[in-house]
Amino acid sequence: MSALILIQVNGCDVEVPAGTSVAAAIARLELPFRRSVRGQWRAPLCGMGVCFECRVHIDGVAQQRACMVPVREGMQVSTDD
Amino acid sequence: MTDHYDVLVVGAGPAGLAAATAAASHGARVGLIDAQATAGGQVWRHDVEHGDTALARRNVAAALEHPGVTWLAQTRVVGVEAGALLVEDPKNARWLRYRALILATGARELLLPFPGWTLPGVTGAGGLQALVKQGWPLRGRRVVIAGSGPLLLAAAVTARRHGAQVLGIYEQASADNIQRFARSLWRWPGKAAQAVGMRAQLVGAPYRCGSVVRRAFGETHIQSIEVDGPRGLEQIACDHLAVGYGLLPNVELAQLLGCDLQLVGVHPRVSTDAQQRTSVEGIYATGELCGIGGRDSARFEGAIAGHAAVGDDAHVARLQRHRQHARRFAELLDRHFALDPRVHALAEPDTLICRCEDVPLSALDGYTDARSAKLATRCGMGACQGRICGSALAELARFPRNGSRPPLFPARLSTLGSDPSSVR
Ligand code: FES
Repeated sequence: MSALILIQVNGCDVEVPAGTSVAAAIARLELPFRRSVRGQWRAPLCGMGVCFECRVHIDGVAQQRACMVPVREGMQVSTDD
Repeated sequence: MTDHYDVLVVGAGPAGLAAATAAASHGARVGLIDAQATAGGQVWRHDVEHGDTALARRNVAAALEHPGVTWLAQTRVVGVEAGALLVEDPKNARWLRYRALILATGARELLLPFPGWTLPGVTGAGGLQALVKQGWPLRGRRVVIAGSGPLLLAAAVTARRHGAQVLGIYEQASADNIQRFARSLWRWPGKAAQAVGMRAQLVGAPYRCGSVVRRAFGETHIQSIEVDGPRGLEQIACDHLAVGYGLLPNVELAQLLGCDLQLVGVHPRVSTDAQQRTSVEGIYATGELCGIGGRDSARFEGAIAGHAAVGDDAHVARLQRHRQHARRFAELLDRHFALDPRVHALAEPDTLICRCEDVPLSALDGYTDARSAKLATRCGMGACQGRICGSALAELARFPRNGSRPPLFPARLSTLGSDPSSVR
């Protein structure tokens, strides 16, 4: 089993194996990802960087595709609310 | 910053890995880039919980551990110049100069709109596989797999291995077509064995042909779906729906570079000769980019391009027979998994087509080309740059997709300021 990495999503701790995507870490907390321009909740669709439905803030940078970024120790992620 | 390579390979799936390994075996200085953090592409994507298959490990290691290959992970192309690509990784932007360029950008899923497809809990079939391999939790969840093509079985196997309760696999192709497909498989013994193996792993999960998911229901997350099959309409409660209608070549970069494309039905692929040369001097295209053919044709074409790019014609000639055999499998797929007209009629007037800008189907009535529809409705103007809605609208026979304009993906402003003259 690989090492565990601790990150925070919307201030909540979540510990996941190294290599896990930020998208998967968010899903473990059962949090929604983003709101669409008309305010609907959206979550990952393509899983491979094409659809941009998984966009979140990562370490202060907006519009990051959560399915393309592996977790890093101490990462701060925030989703739309 | 500028780096120079004899051969630059874009995409580290089966085709790109084979290309990099082949070119490096001749002593070429090879650069291998991929937008993902790990090599392997979609087929050989690293599974955080279960590790990699021996075949994937061998192929990834052969390329990445070769001293002639420089591996650039999480690197995406945001612009092009003659003989150079502008790329961006999480920290820097730089120009990569090349003598020969091998494109192995693979495929994405054809995702088609239906009522409820924007609900969280609805993903592509390949999409589900990709998410799950990177740790998306599925244990104990009720999952339905639907759409079309052999990928559905693979997605179901992955879901089950990760603890999902697979309620069923709903294939839109008719039972007759699927039986005909299965009967032709003997000519590709490897694929036949794979199919039998997957079925064995899916004991207890029904595989229903001629079945289309018509809608998904839920408030903030999917709760159930309605399936239209040979036995009529059926409601199924579920926690996740993975639905994909096959694969489409990722031609955007090739198009930006000016390579000739060719339509297969309504979707473009890159045209090449038997050496994988595109219409642009020094640029090769391989694998799914040249038409959906699966892992084997990708590997042979990658190797052919890698050898051709450094002038080893003897090696290229020896691989031709394998390439042709593998390519014939692609024709089989096209024939037997052709989409049922029912699939094209799923979207209703208020179904969102452009998920980035929330544009419903009815807003697009009366437009006959992507450009005017975009200007008037913003359809295709969002972050995915029409990759999802543009392909869907082409499939729905509304209008063909617009050509790509730089940047290929939204790039950082600092990157766009990089001066191309610095590479000359
Ligand atoms: S899920 Fe499509 S880009 Fe991340």
